[in-house]
Amino acid sequence: MADIARSSAARPSRRHARNIGNLALQVALVAIVLGLIAAAAHNAAVNMAKANIAHGFGFWNNTAGFDISQALVGYSASASTFGRAFWVGLLNTLLVSAVAIVLSTALGFIIGIARLSHNWLVSRLAGGYVELIRNIPLLLQILFWYNAVLKSLPELKGSVTLPFGGFLNNRGLFLPKPVFAPDFSAVVIALAIGVACALALRIWARRRQERTGEQVYLLGPTLALIVGLPFIVFLVAGKPLTFGIPDMGRFNIRGGLEILPEFAALLIALSVYTAAFIAEVVRAGVLAVPAGQTEAAQALGLRSTTTLRLVVVPQAMRMIVPPLTSQYLNLTKNSSLAVAIGYPDLVQVFAGSVLNITGQAVEVIAITMAVYLSISLVTSLLMSLYGRMVAVVER
Amino acid sequence: MASDTFYLRQTPLVVLLPPRARAGVLGWLRANLFSSPFNIGLTAICVILIAWVVPPLLRFLLVNATWSGDRAACLPSADNPHPGACWAFVRVWLSYFVYGFYPIAQRWRVDLFFVALAFGIGWLAWLRAPRRDVAALYFFVVLPVLSLILLCGFPLIGLPGVSTVLWGGVLVTIVVATVGMVCSLPLGILLALARRSQIPVVKWLAVMFIEFVRGVPLITVLFMASVMLPLFVPEQLSPDKLLRALIGVAMFASAYMAEVIRAGLIAIPRGQYEAAQALGLGYWRTTALVVLPQALRVTLPNIVNVFIALFKDTTLVFIVGIFDFLRTIEAARGDPRWTSPIVSITGYAFAALFYFVCCYGMSRYVHGMERRLARRSG
Amino acid sequence: MVQGSTDAADEKARPEVAVEIAGLNKWFGEFHVLRDINLNVARGERIVICGPSGSGKSTLLRCINHLEDWQTGRIVVDGIELNDDPRQIVAVRRDVGMVFQHFNLFPHLTVLENCTLAPIWVRQMPKRDAEAVAMKYLERVRIPEQAEKYPARLSGGQQQRVAIARALCMNPNIMLFDEPTSALDPEMVKEVLDTMVGLASDGITMLVVSHEMGFARQVADRVMFMADGQILEINEPKAFFAHPQHERTRLFLQQILH
Ligand SMILES: Nc1ncnc2c1ncn2[C@@H]1O[C@H](COP(=O)(O)OP(=O)(O)OP(=O)(O)O)[C@@H](O)[C@H]1O
Ligand SMILES: [Mg+2]
Repeated sequence: MADIARSSAARPSRRHARNIGNLALQVALVAIVLGLIAAAAHNAAVNMAKANIAHGFGFWNNTAGFDISQALVGYSASASTFGRAFWVGLLNTLLVSAVAIVLSTALGFIIGIARLSHNWLVSRLAGGYVELIRNIPLLLQILFWYNAVLKSLPELKGSVTLPFGGFLNNRGLFLPKPVFAPDFSAVVIALAIGVACALALRIWARRRQERTGEQVYLLGPTLALIVGLPFIVFLVAGKPLTFGIPDMGRFNIRGGLEILPEFAALLIALSVYTAAFIAEVVRAGVLAVPAGQTEAAQALGLRSTTTLRLVVVPQAMRMIVPPLTSQYLNLTKNSSLAVAIGYPDLVQVFAGSVLNITGQAVEVIAITMAVYLSISLVTSLLMSLYGRMVAVVER
Repeated sequence: MASDTFYLRQTPLVVLLPPRARAGVLGWLRANLFSSPFNIGLTAICVILIAWVVPPLLRFLLVNATWSGDRAACLPSADNPHPGACWAFVRVWLSYFVYGFYPIAQRWRVDLFFVALAFGIGWLAWLRAPRRDVAALYFFVVLPVLSLILLCGFPLIGLPGVSTVLWGGVLVTIVVATVGMVCSLPLGILLALARRSQIPVVKWLAVMFIEFVRGVPLITVLFMASVMLPLFVPEQLSPDKLLRALIGVAMFASAYMAEVIRAGLIAIPRGQYEAAQALGLGYWRTTALVVLPQALRVTLPNIVNVFIALFKDTTLVFIVGIFDFLRTIEAARGDPRWTSPIVSITGYAFAALFYFVCCYGMSRYVHGMERRLARRSG
Repeated sequence: MVQGSTDAADEKARPEVAVEIAGLNKWFGEFHVLRDINLNVARGERIVICGPSGSGKSTLLRCINHLEDWQTGRIVVDGIELNDDPRQIVAVRRDVGMVFQHFNLFPHLTVLENCTLAPIWVRQMPKRDAEAVAMKYLERVRIPEQAEKYPARLSGGQQQRVAIARALCMNPNIMLFDEPTSALDPEMVKEVLDTMVGLASDGITMLVVSHEMGFARQVADRVMFMADGQILEINEPKAFFAHPQHERTRLFLQQILH
């Protein structure tokens, strides 16, 4: 009894002491961090003054004065600002990431599913791909595609001619460039209508199934609406689409759609590399669905395609989506390796050229990091929303 | 009814072997490669793919390869119209790939460093080795000091100083990877503990650091370390180029390590904390004696996975101008006396082989470890 | 009273034998799991299968709706011979309900959706009809109030009853139960067994792998003992428990009853 009384009397004061200790620790930590920041700022100011470097974000509106080899929006060295260069770089980053995400997802799903195949050879080949690609650094792969493959292609003179008037040489890939006549908008509208009708058809079919139980197979009608309708409109409107065929001159190629070897190398390497990781994500997601789920569905008489569609895929997707998103984020961050081969992405343009010209390391790096950081944070916010949504459903 | 209902087996059946067609090599082939027309088609596609890729690859890498000589030997000639890989190039440049410009007379020091490192890694990685606590002490305390003295030099004991500018090749790759490992584990543990701390400021500082580093590409962290860091310290203290890159890599690896270790900490059931507290252990004792050992054990495979990623990421120091292994390949490949497409491919093939052997080795190790863990718990 | 309830009148068209297994042999690789199994199950008959772990009880049950393939022998279910033809297999599965040891409910679907999935997609029923049927069987297993919940929210006993309802929604002629109560806490075993006793009184053909000997005594027409992949003894429950003939049966019953 006495013991208990003593310990309960002692506890509040001990906790009190600990609270004070915690508070002191927190204050000290804040002080240290602030102190470090202040010291760094002071040193930076001194060093920059000594090196005669400006500070602040005033440079944003100055004329850039350097060329960028690929710009999705109008850009010229003499007239555009550093701010414009920033947007050009950011768009290039987003372009290569978006295309690579599509390609790597397609390839990754194929390989992931191949790894699960009952065919020994197929699963072994897919496994070999994953192991080989995952264990070689991405930078090495980018350099390989760029220097050893694309840059070793023939010179302009010996260009490889591709079907439909394309060229391939060590300056890039030159493809016919689609030129849209004004009438082409009709085709776009037809496509929109086709998609809308296909969706409506789907909803109608589901309603009908709920009412009568009858199942309709929609693959044919859907294809007809989405592909057939625009195509007919295209023919009726008098083929309002022509192609600008690249024209090989003596020193360069004019017209046509030019794909830089830097872009191509980065795209191939990112897609191939990330696909290996996506394949693992897919495989793990599908394996995480217990065999009992498939068996239960089959025991109820569901066919194997229906089982996949209604039982396995919905459960696997829940396992796949979060790690898949983080692979997409990795891919976007990895696209910054563009700097090694000179593809003008955000890092190459901004943390490379702009930094060299202005010398304003702190501002330039901070802006660059802020871009990636906001992409990451927005994505992880979306993911935590998704996670909460999934958790709510299953309750 | 009763005669129908009752059944009693009088003699036990002999165990039969499965029917021929379903067992043995034939049965295996049938079940795994030719079970349906679709499967036969897949098998055929795979065989074609292999036939298309493998023989030319072998021809290039081995059969038609040039094993010795100079650049001329690697070019197409009358008796070798389609020359294969130029291994002669690797032979000539090998010592550069390993040591960079490290003075030739001092290279025994690098060799000694490699041996000391291999010893430490072997001791730590061999899960049933004696005294692995001593191994950890060796790896995380003795080895760094020893390596610093060996590699940088210590004139007082007769080891002349060697500037890091001269370092290169595999040496730099290994140094960057090792420093990343040695720093990231303790820092990662601290960050993970801080992130799970009850104290708000500690927690939020850790969260901010971890999420910041994980949210940006490594290359920007390296740029930050190489161009911003010198601005932040007084000029006379400005660290050398390699050290700056090392700081960047260590920061980056620590953040990832922290998340992996945090996952291990989360996996420890509450009961373990409560049991430790019931025994009267305080926070640090509970953490050091009860929680961390278990968390590190369950998460060891993931820790090694971070090392694998780190090892691949060391190539990025290339971009901030450090002569790591990949950069020495690039440099040698671009040497005007050698440059040619085949030399480039050979250089990359050699680099790929090096990274693949290291990373695949580590991932096999992880695989074995996961199987052990699964066996023990299952 | 339970045993006498088989009503032969409404089963004119269908063959008298619900399941016919002849000369069945199955190997897992080189391992001979099922050895020369011969068994006829009459319509409306209830057979309880017992035997030591690994004796092939589950495998036998899983062969009956072709969740497992086999090497030699034949199985005919309701007059449909099972072979590699997917249409035959689906036809048999529509007719045979199965209840698993670990329930295997679909976690991403509500209880009601679990029950209507197969009627909608296999029987092509209108949704409303499928839901009506599902509610009927959920009432039957006495959990209609849980229809909108997700399986993870239910107790083990409730989940198993949903699994039974889900199988019944397909209106099967034959039900297979693979240790339906062995993953349950003791206090939940009874609610599931009661449900099964209720089913038995409807005259549905049942093959039950179970070690609940009380249930076997009460419900079974025949009790079957398996060991090492063979059927060692089949008998009426009374005789089976009172005078086991085979040495192994005796040993097994001793172990399980004491
Ligand atoms: N997919 C499989 N591959 C290889 N062997 C298997 C497989 N499934 C079952 N077996 C083996 O077949 C034997 C019979 O298994 P089965 O599950 O039918 O036994 P059981 O009588 O149901 O046992 P329990 O009472 O433990 O459920 C066991 O030895 C098991 O190890
Ligand atoms: Mg079983």
